Amino acid sequence: MDHFPTNWGNPRAENVDSYNTYPVASHIGTVPHSVQQIAGYGHTNGHPTSHTQSPVVTGTSVLGLKFKGGVIMAADNLASYGSLARFRDVERLHQVADFTVLGASGDMSDYQYVKNLIDSQMIKEYNADDGHTLATPNIYEYLWRVMYNRRSKMNPLWNTFVLGGVHKGERFLGAIDLKGTPYQAASIATGFGSHLAQPILRKELETLGGEDQISEEQAVKIMKKCMMVLFYRDARSMNKFQLAKITEEGVTISEPMSVETEWGFAENIRGYGA
Amino acid sequence: MFRNQYDNDISTWSPQGRLHQIEYALEAVKQGSASVGLRSNTHVVLLALKRSSGELASHQQKLFRIDNHMGIAIAGLVSDARVLSNFMRTECMKSKMMYDRPMPGSRLVSLIGDKAQVNTQNYGRRPYGVGLLVASYDDETGPHLYECLPNANCLEYYAVSIGAKSQSAKTYLEKFAKDYGETDVDALIMHGLHALRETLQQDKELNLKNCSIGVVGKGQDWDVIEGDRLKAYLEQLETGAATTETGAAATTAGDLPQGEAMDTE
Repeated sequence: MDHFPTNWGNPRAENVDSYNTYPVASHIGTVPHSVQQIAGYGHTNGHPTSHTQSPVVTGTSVLGLKFKGGVIMAADNLASYGSLARFRDVERLHQVADFTVLGASGDMSDYQYVKNLIDSQMIKEYNADDGHTLATPNIYEYLWRVMYNRRSKMNPLWNTFVLGGVHKGERFLGAIDLKGTPYQAASIATGFGSHLAQPILRKELETLGGEDQISEEQAVKIMKKCMMVLFYRDARSMNKFQLAKITEEGVTISEPMSVETEWGFAENIRGYGA
Repeated sequence: MFRNQYDNDISTWSPQGRLHQIEYALEAVKQGSASVGLRSNTHVVLLALKRSSGELASHQQKLFRIDNHMGIAIAGLVSDARVLSNFMRTECMKSKMMYDRPMPGSRLVSLIGDKAQVNTQNYGRRPYGVGLLVASYDDETGPHLYECLPNANCLEYYAVSIGAKSQSAKTYLEKFAKDYGETDVDALIMHGLHALRETLQQDKELNLKNCSIGVVGKGQDWDVIEGDRLKAYLEQLETGAATTETGAAATTAGDLPQGEAMDTE
């Protein structure tokens, strides 16, 4: 018996796909002509099966910085639809474990999917109830595997993730991009932030004498400064963001906040407003 | 012709409420040469008696490395044990690959339990014919010793033995059960050798060829002791110069409460 509905012969009435098989890809070349006529149909008609070519609803930069005794992360609350500021109350920092926070830039639906995957893993771990939990480096490895696996299927999850946490007295800060490239550093910034915020973060690290010399207050100040610069220059950003702090005490994700900005100069710039 | 009406397949109960095929599988474990395991607060030691089929034959391997933090000792059908150890190694690699974390011993043991249980409930299958002693050291929860049997029972122990004449080893192990917690590795091994010696047939003795020792513990990857190091332990056993702990315990052994014989119900 041939189990592929597309090979069963003439549809009942309409000369289009009345078996509701669209857009199932055909496995054998003998697809009814009427079905082949549907644009983008499966492997036929010169159309390949297509995977995500670009993100749709996107979040912009995520920042991360190590400081004395912990890690701080920042991301704004905007999810853009192209250049439209479509969703203005999206939380892009997510606590995944007692000492781990996941931050996401890129496609927001892919982020929701990954969030779901990781939460499922954490529930599985909790249910085992055997004294073992997934710590930040374990979650990072898992995230890496997921991302690399999807890129290997030529169907990447269109995100750059930042994972911050504390484990056994060690701070952890790492990023993974859509190609499954893992990267760990004392400061991390994704997206536009890698151009605009990362130089500031690195400069602060250098002038203050490294991640062990930055106090929590200084770290907050640095983050706010970076978010301000991003708001000024990144057209996909918003002046409403959250900070996540991970220390030995645990995780705190702040309420949305904003920074003071000054737009007086705009008057003098042609095309900027006035 | 039929001695027993209810032992032809795995999934038929006897009126007494027993599954005879599963009990036969447990007998297969008892046919294998003995394996002994015992645990301190920091280490786990596995010991096994190796058999050979004749003067010209090699001895059958009894200890298997699963991962750096885990090893097993077996009794019963070796071919079944190889299937299980292969499974265990694969699971450990998966854990490292997916989570960058050594497989927690307790989880692996439950997985084996699940595998073994399926074989006791489906018509047309047979239970594994092997018993395992699993020694593992987890950073989070310390050293663990488990016993896994064909009836899918997986239990954790301070000290156990499986295989032929394992009851004699258990009797020894129970006698000194109070000592193992704070004991160092050498003394633990000596206790193990004494227990293993109890399982020997008459006129046989432990030697370099028929004895295996495996250790895993805090700061100690799975390590099989053989050659000169094994020789040192065997000599110590022969001269009767047991470690101080063993000696001290031996004198007071009579005062210790005798534990219940551990059966596999």
